[in-house]
Amino acid sequence: MSGIPHDHYEPKSNFTKGVEARLPILGLLYTTIMAPTPKNLNWMWIWGIVLTFTLALQIITGIVLVMHYTPHVDMAFASVEHIMRDVNGGHMIRYFHMNGASLFFLAVYMHIFRGLYYGSYKAPREITWIIGMLIYLMMMGAGFMGYVLPWGQMSFHGTAVITGLFGAIPFIGESLQTWLLGAGAVGQPALNRFFSLHYLLPFIIAGLVIVHIWAFHNTGNNNPTGVEVRRGSVAEAKKDTLPFWPYFVIKDLFALAVILTVFMAVVGFMPNYLGHPDNYIPANALVTPAHIVPEWYFLPFYAILRAFTADVWVVQIVNLLSFGIIDAKFFGVLAMFGAIFVMALAPWLDTSSVRSGRFRPMFKWWFALLAVDFVVLMWVGAMPTDGIYPYISLLGATYWFAYFLIILPLLGVIEKPLPMPATIEDDFNAHYGPKAGGKTATPAE
Amino acid sequence: MSHADDHQGTRRDFIYYATAGAGAVVTGAAVWPLVNQMNPSADVLALASIRVDISVVDPGTQLTVLWQGKPVFIRARTEEEIAAARAVDLADLPDQNAENANAVAGADASDENRALSEDGVWLVQMGVCTHLGCVPLGEQGDFGGWFCPCHGSHYDTSGRIRKGPAPRNLPVPVASFVDATTIQLG
Repeated sequence: MSGIPHDHYEPKSNFTKGVEARLPILGLLYTTIMAPTPKNLNWMWIWGIVLTFTLALQIITGIVLVMHYTPHVDMAFASVEHIMRDVNGGHMIRYFHMNGASLFFLAVYMHIFRGLYYGSYKAPREITWIIGMLIYLMMMGAGFMGYVLPWGQMSFHGTAVITGLFGAIPFIGESLQTWLLGAGAVGQPALNRFFSLHYLLPFIIAGLVIVHIWAFHNTGNNNPTGVEVRRGSVAEAKKDTLPFWPYFVIKDLFALAVILTVFMAVVGFMPNYLGHPDNYIPANALVTPAHIVPEWYFLPFYAILRAFTADVWVVQIVNLLSFGIIDAKFFGVLAMFGAIFVMALAPWLDTSSVRSGRFRPMFKWWFALLAVDFVVLMWVGAMPTDGIYPYISLLGATYWFAYFLIILPLLGVIEKPLPMPATIEDDFNAHYGPKAGGKTATPAE
Repeated sequence: MSHADDHQGTRRDFIYYATAGAGAVVTGAAVWPLVNQMNPSADVLALASIRVDISVVDPGTQLTVLWQGKPVFIRARTEEEIAAARAVDLADLPDQNAENANAVAGADASDENRALSEDGVWLVQMGVCTHLGCVPLGEQGDFGGWFCPCHGSHYDTSGRIRKGPAPRNLPVPVASFVDATTIQLG
């Protein structure tokens, strides 16, 4: 499976020989578990394990919750309260699931920004990147639909707003929105189908995760230097890599334990900190909550959605050029999806031949600004739409697009990269080797 | 050269295209019900009309009723509100259309074309923001009408969009007086 030369599985017993001849599953497991992994991976390479764990956590707690939940407008809210109050340990299972979504998105954002900084999206890992983006989109779908299920005030009016996004599409929008909701307004049909899809999506994500892992096992992991593993021979590759088991499994599990400690503290002591109190009010079609804000993980893109109002000159020009077909509302929707789309296009927009941000002196600063921009957008997405806030969101949204559409293509041309280590082994020895004065770690083998 | 360009089609070509065509039709026929089942079902589509008793609505107050799953605002406007709505220069309005299901198509957005009663007291409109579907709050916003808390759309006392991201005026549904104190929606 791996493109990096490595030792192959040799069945020893008659039984394993027999199995391997009939179905080479042992060999597949062996190459997956023993995948040669660059030995200089740093702590930003742990989020994949966190994500895999969280996906499993969400699927398991989700299956259990469904045993007690009723997808009906009159009973959904009550059944969630039933889980919280009556079901044995139900409140903890629900809190795990609820906060599990936040952990999932925290980890995915760290994972994505890791990829953006170290150039993990660049050739030959574009397909891994694209599949990752698809997983991210599905996560957003699953996260949104899961939030609808408790049928509180935020669930109900959030659904109205988000399906309203599709209603903004010219010509077909209204029919599309009606088709999505199964009615002219949010109600039973919407709740029922969102429940069905919320159950389905995680399994599609699980399938895509397997393809994601397959893809990067084939190209090999990227690493903090962006220098490729030498592939001349097994012996050469072994100088740059260590097998995934046990080296990286133990490291990843340690990181997971640290993260789960924080997670448990949140679940145990402040389970509703990341949620909105309004969602503990049963859905009421007649009253919209005063501050309707999405969950924190949607806020950066929500800010971009709101940034482009009718008084922005770009919006006015596009409106004019499209003969009024693209109005401010549709422009906002396009911008929101476009923000994710330009990120998916990063492999083709980044013209630099240097993969890792570590050796790109100018890129570093622009990237740091992007990370700050993301946090600012997240903050401003939760703010009201008057005063200075619209200008901040507009500025933030503009930088987001500028980074991918202007800065990434230009930097590759004007930037002079720093000298890079010739091999991963050199980099490893410089940091952790016996001569790297001060560092106490010793090479594992 | 592919078979498609072969002027003299063989019987095998014919069978090939016929099979592929039949396959496409069958696939479409199988997929369409799966798509169409998501459209509103018969009971949802069944047009319901409701009658609302408005005898309890005093001038300057509003009754919000649920009709076809959506809120409808029934407001008895004060003299000041009517005067404010009628004093607006129509050229200032982002949406020039009355958006009134009871008015003739293409009617302009003057307050007379939106109010249900001749005297302008009764204004009946959908309580659904035309931006993304939140329920606007009454007697708020820069124009004293309605204000949508979700994304900051301001409507005037005639329910017309004046400021913010919403593209259209609050739509007026099919409505009529059954008698002096009863309005029928739908």
